Amino acid sequence: MSTTLDRDAQRVRAGRGSHPGRPSGVPGLTIIATLVALISLMPLGYVAYMTVATGWDTAVALIFRPRVMELLSNTFWLVVCTVPACLVLGVAAAWLVERTGLRGRRLWGALLAAPLAVPAFVNSYAWVSAIPSMAGLSSGVLIATLSYFPLVYIPAAATLARLDPAIEQSAASLGLGPWAVFFRVVLPQLRIALTGGGLLVSLHLLAEYGAFAMIRFDTFTTAIMEQFRSTFNGQAGNMLASVLVLGCLLLLLAEVRSRGNARYARIGSGVQSSPSILPLRWYQLPSQLFLLALTALALFFPLWFVIRWMVVGGPAIWNLSEYLPALTQTLGYGLAGAAVTTAAAFPLAFLAVRKPSWFSKTLELANYVTSSMPGIVVGLAFVTVAIRLTPALYQTNTVLVIAYALLFMPRALVNLRAGLAQAPKQLDEAAQALGVSPFRAFLRVTLPLSAPAVASGAALVFLAITNELTATLLLSPNGTNTLATYFWSYSTSIDYASAAPYAFTLILLSAPMTYLLLQQSKKAVGQ
Amino acid sequence: MLKRKSTLAGIALLAGAALGLTACGGSPSASSSSAGAGASGDGITVYNAQHEALTKSWADEFTKETGIKVTLRNGEDPELANQIIQEGAASPADVFLTENSPSMTQVENAGLFADIDKDTQDQVPAAYRPSTNKWTGIAARSTVLVYNKDKVKESELPKSLMDLSQDQYKGKWAASPSGADFQAIVSAMLELKGEQATSDWLKAMKNNSKAYKGNSTAMKAVNAGEVDMAVIYHYYYFGDQAKTGENSKNIGMHYFKNQDPGAFVSVSGGGVLKSSKHAAEAQQFLKFITGKKGQEVLENGSSYEYPIASEVPANAKLTPLKDLQAPTVDAAKLNSPKVIDLMTQAGLL
Repeated sequence: MSTTLDRDAQRVRAGRGSHPGRPSGVPGLTIIATLVALISLMPLGYVAYMTVATGWDTAVALIFRPRVMELLSNTFWLVVCTVPACLVLGVAAAWLVERTGLRGRRLWGALLAAPLAVPAFVNSYAWVSAIPSMAGLSSGVLIATLSYFPLVYIPAAATLARLDPAIEQSAASLGLGPWAVFFRVVLPQLRIALTGGGLLVSLHLLAEYGAFAMIRFDTFTTAIMEQFRSTFNGQAGNMLASVLVLGCLLLLLAEVRSRGNARYARIGSGVQSSPSILPLRWYQLPSQLFLLALTALALFFPLWFVIRWMVVGGPAIWNLSEYLPALTQTLGYGLAGAAVTTAAAFPLAFLAVRKPSWFSKTLELANYVTSSMPGIVVGLAFVTVAIRLTPALYQTNTVLVIAYALLFMPRALVNLRAGLAQAPKQLDEAAQALGVSPFRAFLRVTLPLSAPAVASGAALVFLAITNELTATLLLSPNGTNTLATYFWSYSTSIDYASAAPYAFTLILLSAPMTYLLLQQSKKAVGQ
Repeated sequence: MLKRKSTLAGIALLAGAALGLTACGGSPSASSSSAGAGASGDGITVYNAQHEALTKSWADEFTKETGIKVTLRNGEDPELANQIIQEGAASPADVFLTENSPSMTQVENAGLFADIDKDTQDQVPAAYRPSTNKWTGIAARSTVLVYNKDKVKESELPKSLMDLSQDQYKGKWAASPSGADFQAIVSAMLELKGEQATSDWLKAMKNNSKAYKGNSTAMKAVNAGEVDMAVIYHYYYFGDQAKTGENSKNIGMHYFKNQDPGAFVSVSGGGVLKSSKHAAEAQQFLKFITGKKGQEVLENGSSYEYPIASEVPANAKLTPLKDLQAPTVDAAKLNSPKVIDLMTQAGLL
């Protein structure tokens, strides 16, 4: 049965209940949600303000210069080569796992998502320490593809597992061969998974700093970081940031437009049968080899080198007076950030689910726009605004945690929305009808029902924070170091052995995230 | 309707409280684990652009001797200088240490340094501190051209740093243009050769050179034969030799000497911020660094930078400072923002 339909029906009901198209009559919640959205638009406002403040002539001189063209071309080719590569690898792997008689499907299913547990900069570190001459575009494409193809694989696999085979069967009965069925029937149904995955990959490419800096491949983010290191928040760096932000916004727009309005879920009566499985026969061995090569390069290669450097370094690299505080700091930021992010996302998610209107949609959109901003831009905005407007907050953990919340809010939002959708307000109302006060009804009905979603959203935010590098470098208080910043400081002074314990810990901390993402995406498609 | 409103108000309250609680709860828990960090705590905050390991050994010795805690914020010379200038009187920094002097001059020109104590002045020869005494030299480093001994013969080496702009060196040399070290060398060139020559040289550099991130990475690339030569500072070679030597075993060292811009000896600086709330301790820290014990960290430690004060000699492995025939450059005239403008124009940044 179609769950999309369900959700639509719910939306219609909700729309009738409140006044459609008007902000809901919930002042407290609306005010908080508006505040959160306004704060989240601050980085965008900063970039716009700085562009205007720089003055037209200077801005033009700083934007239309050969260096910017060079960065534009680097970034463009990076996206143009990496995104299709990720799409092809992700879909091919997902198809093999979900729709063919591949041996060891369950194991492959998990292994193919696992490279996400290796942060891109750790992946880059493994490659560079193995092959020091790696540099430039081709290396960037290789490392980025290996790091990010699971972002396509996961949604593609989740969608493929739930496709209604009836359409494929009709196509086949109308005379299409298996390949034609795949390209003309299956692939179009993956559209949302592919555009969404493609957008995620592109945004990661634009925002990534460590992985590309290590292989001397200049993108906007690495160039902004260099300008920052030379001028703090100088004009040239700010102008680069405004070009980068424009690029992110264009990508966001492109994704919205190419997502389309088509409906792919089954509507009508009847139960969907499970997808047909294609026997692989002679292709079994090549398929196994292909997946083996892919996971070997994306997962076992970096793991091997991290472990190798730990062995080379021996016990001397475990400098506990650095390692333990860094671990505590990282966990502290992760916990505080996850709590703040989830709490801030709650009003937005609540409005979006219970009181949907143009207003709640606008608020939500504001957060997605911010989340497309690279960490370097958010960091730059917060440093400058804190110095000038809120000196009391400058260089405090509060500012860093707020920056984390803005960067990773959508991870919490997506989960919270799904969770709240599973706690229909009728239940809440029923509880009230049975004599419980509204507040207690919320505590005893809505909250427990949405708790698993709250927890998985918070966990995803937590793990994103542990791997964050750029905003942390800019905003962390004096004397503060995280696992990621220590890793970065050692690997840039080519002390690969000393960096290894930090890389290893980051992978360990990220492993649960991969599992969660996999589970969450399966559910998300089901809703 | 009224009932529903109050439900939602309750939720809002709850969410708001959670936000407030976690925001407050988040900050102290994280800062308390950083062992007395924070500007308002006891001890001094040092904005450190020197190598972290070196400043850390200074700080540890200093804390052992005086009991005064030292918190470091690490960054690049110009990054931290610009940060201090933007922070102005509200800066949490008590002391600023750099690798090169141009950023010191930048902060001095912004009027943010206090005078250096007389005791410290007396320890440092006049050649290594500005006549204004707003900051002091704490160490020195020499420019060097490292080359791959298997690929380049000594006779093929350029006579001057300026020669690297010639076509014959196209694709043959490397540097780390985003680093303050290299930018200091350019500032010396600007002072010695003027704006036009420097700007032309930088434009040629954009075409001729490979850009690495960091001097150690550049030296490693030369050692591996990825590129023939690199303009870096002297101590990277000695530091690597003292460890395993695996990143420098094929490296030859070429000092330009002859008062060439490429023979530039860069002075690392230290200063006390006027806005410091721990001025006495901050002055004490500078006195310690430039004192005998602090300078001996340079002589015997793993930094291989040159000591310049308290008559402490350089590590015996280094070519003595006086044999390097460095050009005489007035540190007060080295202009960091101008250099960054020129490098941005040349497309290097």
